[in-house]
Amino acid sequence: MKWSHFFTSAVGRKIVMALTGLFLISFLIVHVGLNSCIFNDLPYFDHNDNGSMFNRAAHFMGASLVIRIMEIGLLAGILLHIIQGYAVEVKNRSMRSKGYQVNLGSRGSTWMSRSMALLGTLVFLYLVIHVAQFWWPSRVSHDLEKVTYNGIEMHNLYLRMYEVFQHGWVVILYLVGVAALGFHLLHGFHSAFRSIGVHNKKYLFMLKSLGYGFSIVVCLLFALMPVSMYLNWVSPFN
Amino acid sequence: MEHYNMNLTLKVWRQPNKTSDGKFETYQVKNISSEMSFLEMFDVLNEQLVMEGRDPIAFDHDCREGICGMCSMFINGRPHGPWHATTTCQLHMRAFKDGDTIVVEPWRANGFPVIKDLVTDRTSFDRIIQAGGFISVNTGNAVDGNAIPIEKDHADASFAAAACIACGACVAACKNASASLFLSAKVAHLGLLPQGYPEKKNRVLSMVSQMDKEGFGSCTFTGACEAVCPKEISITNISRMHKDYLFAGLSSEK
Repeated sequence: MKWSHFFTSAVGRKIVMALTGLFLISFLIVHVGLNSCIFNDLPYFDHNDNGSMFNRAAHFMGASLVIRIMEIGLLAGILLHIIQGYAVEVKNRSMRSKGYQVNLGSRGSTWMSRSMALLGTLVFLYLVIHVAQFWWPSRVSHDLEKVTYNGIEMHNLYLRMYEVFQHGWVVILYLVGVAALGFHLLHGFHSAFRSIGVHNKKYLFMLKSLGYGFSIVVCLLFALMPVSMYLNWVSPFN
Repeated sequence: MEHYNMNLTLKVWRQPNKTSDGKFETYQVKNISSEMSFLEMFDVLNEQLVMEGRDPIAFDHDCREGICGMCSMFINGRPHGPWHATTTCQLHMRAFKDGDTIVVEPWRANGFPVIKDLVTDRTSFDRIIQAGGFISVNTGNAVDGNAIPIEKDHADASFAAAACIACGACVAACKNASASLFLSAKVAHLGLLPQGYPEKKNRVLSMVSQMDKEGFGSCTFTGACEAVCPKEISITNISRMHKDYLFAGLSSEK
């Protein structure tokens, strides 16, 4: 069987979606872990941190060649997931030229499982805004304020976050984006494992539970970031 | 269960042939017994239409005992109607009450073009089976049933998958019109048994390839197919088929 056909058949396309999806899930673990460093500024931990832990972690990620190379892999993964995702959706939608008068609707399936393309599109739009607000200024245009720790000068990404999340509408936009990501993951996490062939019911139950837990915890942490800055639970000025 | 009669309004898809446009027509049926099957109710309606000199409604049916897979009506937005794990022929009128309006449509999928009224062309499934849904055996004496040991779990899973009657309800319910549940049932049914094992790789690759040619979509694991399947074929078969496809595709030398 030719490789081109292997990856473009009805099953192959889904295997590509699953593998890139799982890769992006692994990225989310790193991303949410690193960004959670902002919570070190909470009074419960170190109220005088003022974002130094987060800034230094972000600097480590930006300065490390390995991470920068992995960024290219990440970009490729995201693009493949988006392009293949739309290709699958367009193809699937074209398979029923004439629809039903009365639809099956939610009998037997969840809303998010039927709305992965819509949710994915919302996540994509959110991603464009997110990249423009943070990744672009820190990696490309370098127009962020500088801060120095232990004699090493670096971007004050924490300050940038704080400034961005002082606007209520931005916080709401982020919450919508994170919610879309959460619903996308609620179906995507276990569905990805099913697509690559996990059929053992014992593992499927485990993966479904893990997927629900993962989606809720990751999205809750992401949602708390803009909220805690907007409400000044953490800030660069303590 | 108490017997009762009912009067019903039926909105049925009428389409003279494959190429013409169809439309819904509304019919009234009276004094329908709650003991009747859904198809018997259609027989009553058709007799009524014949008596009136009108064209009776074409619909697929054969065994009328839930095992042949011919009946195929999309009733009130659900393949085979409201009852769980039931084919249209086994659906009885006690599922409805007096005064109900029932909308009856044919399966909708590009892989199942409408031939006339509620009859669709499901030969695409035959061609998928012809692509690999078989085992090649030499003729000769029948082998003793116990000669080949088969693990009980595999035998059970294979038998459960073999219950698929290829009615196409999974395709009709799937938002992607995917034939994955049907195909995976055949792949699991044969591939789990020692007799079907030698051709396992070619089988899944050929059948998936044929499914693509026939105009069916990909599986997105919504679970709608499993929910409406009259034979309760499990969606885990689809994951098993994906696994077989992955291994077969990676290890194929062609």
